[in-house]
Amino acid sequence: MYFTEQHELVRKLAREFAEKELTKEILDQVEESETFPEEILDKMAKAGFFGIKVPKEYGGQGADARSYVLVMEEIARVSGVASIYVSSPNSLSGGPFLLSGTEEQKAKYLTPVVKGEKKVCFALTEPGAGSDAGGMATTAVKDGDYYILNGRKTFITMAPLADWAVVYAKTDMTKGTKGISAFVVDMKLPGVSCGKPENKMGVVGCATSDIILDNVRVHKSDLLGEEGKGFINAMKTLDTGRLGVAAQSIGVAQGALDEAIRYAKERKQFGRRIADFQAISFMIADMATKLEAAKNLVYKAAYLMDTHQDASMAASMAKYYASEICNEIAGKAVQIHGGYGFIKDYKVERMYRDCRVFTIYEGTSQVQQMVIAGKLLKK
Amino acid sequence: MKILVCVKQVPDTNEVKIDPVKGTLIRDGVPSILNPDDANALEAALQIKDQNPDAVVAVLTMGPPQATYMLRECLAMGADEAYLLSDRAFGGADTCATSTTIAAGIRKVGDVDIIFAGRQAIDGDTAQVGPQVAQRLGVPVVTYVQDIKLEDGKAVVQRQLEDGYEVIEVQTPCLLTAVKELNEPRYMSVGGIVEAYQKEITVWDHHAVGLDPKDCGLNASPTQVFRSFTPPPKGKGEMLSGSVQEMSAALVGKLKEKHYI
Repeated sequence: MYFTEQHELVRKLAREFAEKELTKEILDQVEESETFPEEILDKMAKAGFFGIKVPKEYGGQGADARSYVLVMEEIARVSGVASIYVSSPNSLSGGPFLLSGTEEQKAKYLTPVVKGEKKVCFALTEPGAGSDAGGMATTAVKDGDYYILNGRKTFITMAPLADWAVVYAKTDMTKGTKGISAFVVDMKLPGVSCGKPENKMGVVGCATSDIILDNVRVHKSDLLGEEGKGFINAMKTLDTGRLGVAAQSIGVAQGALDEAIRYAKERKQFGRRIADFQAISFMIADMATKLEAAKNLVYKAAYLMDTHQDASMAASMAKYYASEICNEIAGKAVQIHGGYGFIKDYKVERMYRDCRVFTIYEGTSQVQQMVIAGKLLKK
Repeated sequence: MKILVCVKQVPDTNEVKIDPVKGTLIRDGVPSILNPDDANALEAALQIKDQNPDAVVAVLTMGPPQATYMLRECLAMGADEAYLLSDRAFGGADTCATSTTIAAGIRKVGDVDIIFAGRQAIDGDTAQVGPQVAQRLGVPVVTYVQDIKLEDGKAVVQRQLEDGYEVIEVQTPCLLTAVKELNEPRYMSVGGIVEAYQKEITVWDHHAVGLDPKDCGLNASPTQVFRSFTPPPKGKGEMLSGSVQEMSAALVGKLKEKHYI
C-alpha cells in the first residue's frame, strides 16, 4: 500500500545483506568482543545504508524515508546492534547537519559520515537532563573567535568511536531552551574525554559512554546553525530519529516472531508440536497481529514524511507502539522457547535484551504519549 | 568499450517443485531471481568497468514484461543500459530459438566488444544458449571462465576444468560464460536503486530486432519438453554391523555381487 517496486528492491537488498553478512558467528563474536567489525561497516557504506535520505550532492543516496525504514527493518530483523550503525548516520549524526549546517559544514562533516569514513555522535543527554533536555547544564561561553565549552554529556551512543560530536550547550543561561546552541566538537580537541564505556543490557557492540568537556575551545565556524537555535535542531533531529527506532522495533519483532514460529513447529511435548496447542498458537496469532498493526503505523509515518505531510504525531505513535509491542513480542518469543529462550545459544535471548532500550531511547514511551496527547489536547 | 551481459530471470529453484501429475514446474508463489551464474557474469563486466571508467555495461534479456524487475536489479548493481526482448512471438522458445532472438538483440545493440553470459540457468541447466549465441554472431566463445585478464584486442582467460584449468587467449569480440568461482557479485546500492528507476529500459519486439515470427519462439524450436518428473527417492541404505573385519568382508562381498569390483 505504501510501497513501490523500487522500495521492494531496497528491501531485497537489505534482506540479502543481513542474511549473508550478519551470520550467527559474526553476531556471537560482536557480543563477545563488544566491537562491531569494520569490514561489515565498510560493506554497509558501499551498499549506501549510511546516507539513505541524504541528497546525492552530499554523498548520500537520494532515496526516501520509506527506503530508510525498510533498510532499518531488515537489518534489525537479524541484528539490533547492526541497525544502530545504520540509524546513526541517517538520523542523529546526519540530521543536525542537514537541518542547520552550512555548505562548508555539510561537505566537511556530513559527506564523510554518510560515506562511512568518519563517525559523529549526538550529544544531548546529561546526567540531570534526559527527557527534560532543556534542563542541561553544559555551557558555551564566547571568547573572541572561540566558544569555551564545559559540562558532561551522558549515554552518548558511539562516543568512544566518534571522530566528532554534535554537542548541545547553553550559550545563554537565562533563556531556557532558547539559550541552547549546537556545536561540532572534534573528539581530539584538548579537554575532550570519554567516560568508561557503559556495561549495557543489550545492543552490545556499539559503545556508549559519557563525554566530558573541560574548557574545550571550539572555533566559531563550528557553531551549527544560529546561536540559540540548538534546541529546535535537536528536537527536529529527534523527530526523524523516532522513525528509525520504530523501524528497528518492527525489525526485531519480526525476527522474534520468525524464531517463535520456527521453534513452535519443531518442538514436541506431550507427543505433538507445541504449535498445535491453542495456548501457543493464539500467542503467535496475537504477536503477528500486533506486529502488523505496528508495521502499518511505521510505514504510514514514513509515507507522510515522503509526501511532505505533518508526520510528527504519526512518528510518535509509531515509535511508541512499535517499541512497546516489540518488547511484548520478544518476551512471548522467549516464553514459547521455554528454558531454551533463557539460554544465549538461542537468538531470542539476545533480541529480548536488545529491544528493551527501544521504549527508552530517543524519547521514552511516556514522552511519546506526551507528544501525542499534546497534539490532541492542544487548547 | 562496450560490454554486454546476457541475463535471465529464473524461478528460485531452491523453492520450486514439479507437479507430479502434469509434470510441469509449479511456479505459483515462487520468487523470481537473477540467475546466479549471470550475476557472476555481470560482476565480471562491472569489474572491467571499474578498471576502465569509459566502458559501458549493457544487460540484455529475453522474457515477459515482468523481467524488467530483474533488469532494474542489474542497473542497481551498476549496469548502464538495459534491453528487454519481449514479444508473444518469442514465447515457448527452446535454446535454439532463444539464441536466435538474443543474437538478433545483440546485433541491434551493436559494437559490442565482450559478451558475457552465465554458464547455465538454474531452471533449465542446459548451458547451451551462450555458445549458441556466439555461433550465431560468429564470434569465438570460451565457456566456464573463472578468471579474466584483458589486453589490447584480446582476453586471456582461465577455463575451468574438473581437475584444473586451461589458459586461453581469445580475440575480442568474443563471448565468455562465467562460473561462480569467477567472482563474488556485488550488492546493489540504495542510490543505485534510485538511479535504476530513473533509467529507461529499452523493450524490443520481433519487428525491432528484424526477426520473422516463424524464426523465433515455439515455431523455431526443434526440441520440446516431453515430460518433467521428480526422480523417485532412493531407498534407504543398508547398514552393516559387526566387527570391522566382518563389516569389511560383508562390504566387499556386496560390491562383488553387484560387479562393482
